[in-house]
Amino acid sequence: MQSHMLLLTVFAFFVSLVFAVIAKDDWHEQLRFGGMMFGGFLLSALVLGWLMYPFPL
Amino acid sequence: MRATAAEETQTGWLVLLCLAAWAVPGAGHLWLGRRSKGLIFLVGLPLMFAMGLALHGRLFPFDLSEWLVALAAVADVGIGIPYFVAKALGYGDGAVRAVTYEYGNAFLIVAGLLNLLVVIDAYDVALGRK
Repeated sequence: MQSHMLLLTVFAFFVSLVFAVIAKDDWHEQLRFGGMMFGGFLLSALVLGWLMYPFPL
Repeated sequence: MRATAAEETQTGWLVLLCLAAWAVPGAGHLWLGRRSKGLIFLVGLPLMFAMGLALHGRLFPFDLSEWLVALAAVADVGIGIPYFVAKALGYGDGAVRAVTYEYGNAFLIVAGLLNLLVVIDAYDVALGRK
């Protein structure tokens, strides 16, 4: 398992899971909060990856 | 003013709860009757820690001359018993040349830190704050 994308996805999953379970009590709220956090992780990683694409100039 | 016997018992129980929650991820929540949360932590956090080991991450030594290394060691120990099991079995030497070395470190360190957050959450639940 050496794919950066896969590893960051797995990492984001675990972190989102734990934060969602800590922060929310209701199952639906956990799913919503965790899903948004997971999506946020992936989206920000992709955006930052593309922003860094031209570097080093 | 001296603490009453009831307060001392309560404090002792809280310390025991936090120790259990640290040693076994999710044990604090299971003890407090939050079964589903406890089971998720019990499975998820050791799995994340094991993945860190499988990715050739390193369990950092307590080297006080290198404070970042010492901080990473504290974070690693945050996972509790799985840390000592891994050490005893000879895992966690870290393979710097492995492509996944840094990912492995991130998994190990973050698993420990997340478990410390879980301990704090169990403490809050025990005090009735949540």
